[in-house]
Amino acid sequence: MSGSTTRMTMIEAIRTAHDLAMERDDKVVVFGEDVGYFGGVFRCTAGLQKKYGSHRCFDAPINESGIVGAAIGMSTYGLKPVVEIQFADYVYPAYDQIVSEAARMRHRSGGQFTCPMVIRMPTGGGIFGGQTHSQSPEALFTHVSGLKVVVPSSPYDAKGLLLSAIDDPDPVIFLEPKRLYNGPFDGHHDRPVTPWKNHPLGEVPDGYETIPLGKAAIRREGSEVTILAYGTMVYVAEAAAKETGIDAEIIDLRTLLPLDIEAITESVKKTGRCVVIHEATRTSGFGAELSATVQEACFYHLEAPVLRVTGWDTPYPHAQEWAYFPGPDRVGRALREVMED
Amino acid sequence: MPDSKPLKLRIPEPGCRPGDQPDFSDFVIPRAGEARRPDVDAPAADIRDMAFSIVRVINKKGEAVGPWADALDADALRDGLRHMMTLRIFDERMLTAQRQGKTSFYMQHLGEEAVSCAFRMALEDGDMNFPTYRQAGLLIAGDYPLVDMMNQIYSNSKDPLKGRQLPIMYSSKEHGFFTISGNLGTQYIQAVGWAMASAIAGDTRIASAWIGDGATAESDFYSAMVFASTYNAPVILNIVNNQWAISTFQGFARGNAVTFAERGHGFGIPSLRVDGNDYLAVHAVAKWAAERARSGHGPTLIEHVTYRAGGHSTSDDPSAYRAKDEVSAWPLGDPIDRLKRHLIAIGEWSEERHTQAQAEIADTVRKAQKEAEKNGTLGSGSHPSPSAMFDDVYAEMPPHLRAQRQAGGH
Repeated sequence: MSGSTTRMTMIEAIRTAHDLAMERDDKVVVFGEDVGYFGGVFRCTAGLQKKYGSHRCFDAPINESGIVGAAIGMSTYGLKPVVEIQFADYVYPAYDQIVSEAARMRHRSGGQFTCPMVIRMPTGGGIFGGQTHSQSPEALFTHVSGLKVVVPSSPYDAKGLLLSAIDDPDPVIFLEPKRLYNGPFDGHHDRPVTPWKNHPLGEVPDGYETIPLGKAAIRREGSEVTILAYGTMVYVAEAAAKETGIDAEIIDLRTLLPLDIEAITESVKKTGRCVVIHEATRTSGFGAELSATVQEACFYHLEAPVLRVTGWDTPYPHAQEWAYFPGPDRVGRALREVMED
Repeated sequence: MPDSKPLKLRIPEPGCRPGDQPDFSDFVIPRAGEARRPDVDAPAADIRDMAFSIVRVINKKGEAVGPWADALDADALRDGLRHMMTLRIFDERMLTAQRQGKTSFYMQHLGEEAVSCAFRMALEDGDMNFPTYRQAGLLIAGDYPLVDMMNQIYSNSKDPLKGRQLPIMYSSKEHGFFTISGNLGTQYIQAVGWAMASAIAGDTRIASAWIGDGATAESDFYSAMVFASTYNAPVILNIVNNQWAISTFQGFARGNAVTFAERGHGFGIPSLRVDGNDYLAVHAVAKWAAERARSGHGPTLIEHVTYRAGGHSTSDDPSAYRAKDEVSAWPLGDPIDRLKRHLIAIGEWSEERHTQAQAEIADTVRKAQKEAEKNGTLGSGSHPSPSAMFDDVYAEMPPHLRAQRQAGGH
């Protein structure tokens, strides 16, 4: 890290990334529902319309397919749209445009038309969001060839990864864990929330500094077991490691597609054990891909089966939030179990 | 208890089915020259009536009449005829090629040639069309090489799309022809986005969106309408109403009950209908809409009223769901015959010249086909390399794809 830094929340980091990208390249345009004048329901685009004008940052009709479809058209023209879907739970109307169009544009046109665009969406639970404000649909995107899928877990990463995503020549799904917008969260819902200003990853460089897509980060070095996590679950993993006393190596994947297979295999070959955790539902979730990848690449190094701690295979409930959310207790149990073998 | 009868679901039925006598007597056709020609800056509210009429120029005698009869010179008219004839002959040869197993699939334009051919001539180079699979006239009238079209259809070694796409899903950025997708309606909103981008960039280029009558039922149609209207996008929203969506008559997209053009009214978009088998009418209306868009007056909705004279595709047999001779009863006739009659009426064409042109075009298409077949067909000859399927998924091939390409032995 070079140059000056500022303490900021993930929201501020995302807003700063937009600001820097828009300042640097007038092809960057930002739009979505409530994104313009109001600055976004989570304030991620606050002030941008005022600074760059309503041609560069504007409100959109409530039409996810329209937002993404229009952005695709703009990107094939040569602009770089950064659009927001207000909640990941509401991306489904745009699924056809994302899967059938954005993801395949370069391939089907022999490289004539491309979609350099970013689709941002707040994701994840832990906020009493119920069924349609808590989902983690990343597996619906990691299954699609042609997309890149990114999930930051801190202000530092959010800014660097978003700048990379905007600059990337391919369409990027950028999932922002809304539970982490204002501070890290380890699943201990009964304890006071800590703000980002008390966390080292809340310190963000002021300048245009990027974090490469496709590269994982080791959040905690360890020797006994590898935990593969992303988003909010990174902090749950940290809490579980601390509370169990198990010397876990925690890998924050950051980019799910393309996946940093090298970082994963290197770690699992070292530890011989692996626990995969995510908030999303279990069956055919991204954890299945991770588990299979580890099994294929590290089979002879494994001393125990790869375990998955995930959301249950149910819609995300309201009252039962903490029975659903894979908190540090459930992760801790899996860590102990994997160490028994 | 109220005295209610059991409710009943309405399932629309077309006017005639196989074995029935085709009947278009309910189809109201204004006389050629009857529709007025508004100023290009006319507000939508001032031209509401035009969504219920049909702009027509060529009358029964082959004369060009009324306010939409633009002064296209004889060369331009002959070019138009040649484009339409080329498309029809191209279709015939490719249909045969499909039956001979040289390709897997084809879709013809029979009866709809004027729509895309005339429209293209009203645009400028640099404008972008977002076509469906039935507007190849945009390419032909834009002088895209026939050989390249065939290379794509054959998925051969010179296929510009490297064998990745189903036949006829052409793409040519250079010729203002956006990559065709199999997913219906998706391109409609993308065209609006492209037009918005042109406006954001302060450009002067415009976009044209294309959709069929059936696909107007897709939600992206409405996305496009609301975005085009909200942002006053420089886009022409074309609906090609050829009466049929595979086996489904237009009533299932609620055609007949209301016009497709009428749908623009709900969004405040100036909307009109044009005789899609009248080259001059399509050209004039397209020119009008293009001028509107280019001078900042925003989107226009055009319903091209035509008839899908051929099968939906090589996988379709229309005799299973519609009257066999429905096409001969279709009151707007054949676009090639009508332009030919007009050219003859103004003394710029003759039966002899037409027969000669027919032979020349057939020869041109045959030569192109021979040349394309040297590059291979789906069944034989050279093909794109299997490794080409791994390219262009991303700008740069990520490690997992490199590994898969290697595992596949490519």
